[in-house]
Amino acid sequence: MNKQTVLLLRTASAWFFALLLFFPIFWLGLMAFKTEAQAISTPPLFLFEPTLQSFRDVMARDHYTGYAFNSLITSVVSTALGLAIAIPAAYSMAFFPTRGTVGLLKFMLSSRYMPAVGALMPIYICYQYFGLLDSRIGLTVMFMLMNLPIMIWLLYTTMRELPREILEAARMDGATVTHEFRFIVLPLAVGGIASTALVCMVWAWNESFWSLNLGASNAGTLAWLIASYSSPEGLFWAKLSAASLMAIAPIMALGWFCQKQLVQGMTFGAVK
Amino acid sequence: MNRAMPRALLTPAVAAIAAISVVPLLITLYYAFVKFSLLEPGDHPFHGGENFYFFFTDNAFLPALQNTFILMFSVMVVTVVGGAALALLINEAFPGRMLVRVLLISPFLIMPAVNALMWKNMLLNPIYGLFAQVSRFLGLTPVDWLSAHPLLSIIMMVAWQWLPFACLIFMTALQSMDREQLEAAGMDGANYLQKLRYLYIPHLWRAVSVVLMIEMIFLLSVFAEIFTTTGGGPGFETTTITFMIYQQALQAYDIGAASAGALFAVLLANIAAFFLMRVIGKNLAK
Repeated sequence: MNKQTVLLLRTASAWFFALLLFFPIFWLGLMAFKTEAQAISTPPLFLFEPTLQSFRDVMARDHYTGYAFNSLITSVVSTALGLAIAIPAAYSMAFFPTRGTVGLLKFMLSSRYMPAVGALMPIYICYQYFGLLDSRIGLTVMFMLMNLPIMIWLLYTTMRELPREILEAARMDGATVTHEFRFIVLPLAVGGIASTALVCMVWAWNESFWSLNLGASNAGTLAWLIASYSSPEGLFWAKLSAASLMAIAPIMALGWFCQKQLVQGMTFGAVK
Repeated sequence: MNRAMPRALLTPAVAAIAAISVVPLLITLYYAFVKFSLLEPGDHPFHGGENFYFFFTDNAFLPALQNTFILMFSVMVVTVVGGAALALLINEAFPGRMLVRVLLISPFLIMPAVNALMWKNMLLNPIYGLFAQVSRFLGLTPVDWLSAHPLLSIIMMVAWQWLPFACLIFMTALQSMDREQLEAAGMDGANYLQKLRYLYIPHLWRAVSVVLMIEMIFLLSVFAEIFTTTGGGPGFETTTITFMIYQQALQAYDIGAASAGALFAVLLANIAAFFLMRVIGKNLAK
């Protein structure tokens, strides 16, 4: 095969598989602009007059904005809180390693292997006792704790890559730890921090286990709202699609826009 | 340099992680050995091994154990093989590569609840779903996926979500390959299969371990997909250990039995993690 044929085959098959994998999302998006009757027509409709009726229905009936607000608050605040705890820890482990550092990292990561159900009972009862069930604070803290081990690991791998010579030079010149951190480490690690924040925000936004078990109509996130459609209401496909599209659109737009950082974050520093 | 400083910086993180792992684990350990039902207020008398006996002899236990492993391994195999194939495909430049990457990353950004409901209704519904419509168009009999092949349906949903993740990690790994080495192999007359066998696959090995490690965390606790589609059924066909514990705790309100199950799940995860950690530990120590 010559180079032209290979390129042609590669282009065709890459586009085929990409469109195939993306098709369910495209289909969902299309469905959101149909009427309920069009949504279940046989054969399926590709060409139709779009309507915004389903979006209006979802907005009017389901307090979409309330759930969206909960999702936004919990994912942003949990990520910010997580960074505030994880950055110092990663800095400490990357620049002042001791013999226990690798062990500590492994412990942190292995704690993430504990299935969420293992912590469900104590946390559910503890939340019930302190009145944190179905509260935004409760969910935020939970999301933060859930992402913390991976956050620390991602930031650790970022910071370990930084050239130590610069830090040593700065110390020789009499920079304090605060200065060193503020003016050298932070600017150099900002890409890794952004990637980490992005991945954790996506996970917090999409988190379903804690959101379904600890949340309800007051603090429930969009994942909770969508799961509530699994009841017979789910049969209204156009409304379900409209609600789903509104639930995934913000984080998907963010992910597309910051694709490069997201991919970098996802590689977990173990792949270069 | 103050020696206490690094330790002080670490303290909040260690405390927070202990709060989410060690502390709940100890409490779960305690609950597992007492009689504790949310339906019966009062004391929690010591219950011996009753909770464990109750959980392990539950009719759902063996199917759930089997389902958990089938789900985990199938998704791992599909995502690693499919992801590597896709990554190799888009590793070289071609028109529209950036857009293809954007399309490929998308399923990873979808929340599990949306993923599950989308598959359940718009794709797998036996009458109006897209799969059924396509089968009818091709003259085949539509399949009622969620009743006829419930576990396979769940596997499809989860694999669809995680394929992009594997693909993108492999793609990043491939980009760091030594171009000169590849060209030299080409000059020496190595065909694509030989390059695959001796250059690409060995290079991807480390990325595979990362993919498996992260996927395992999420696959052992697949929940929303089952919760919103099959509810563990029909029968116990899609009940996993995670889902079974959820049912014991928040549907049957038997905290004791659920805790016994949770301890088992933790043990299971740790056995699986142990083997992966050995690989990852080498990577960390590098």
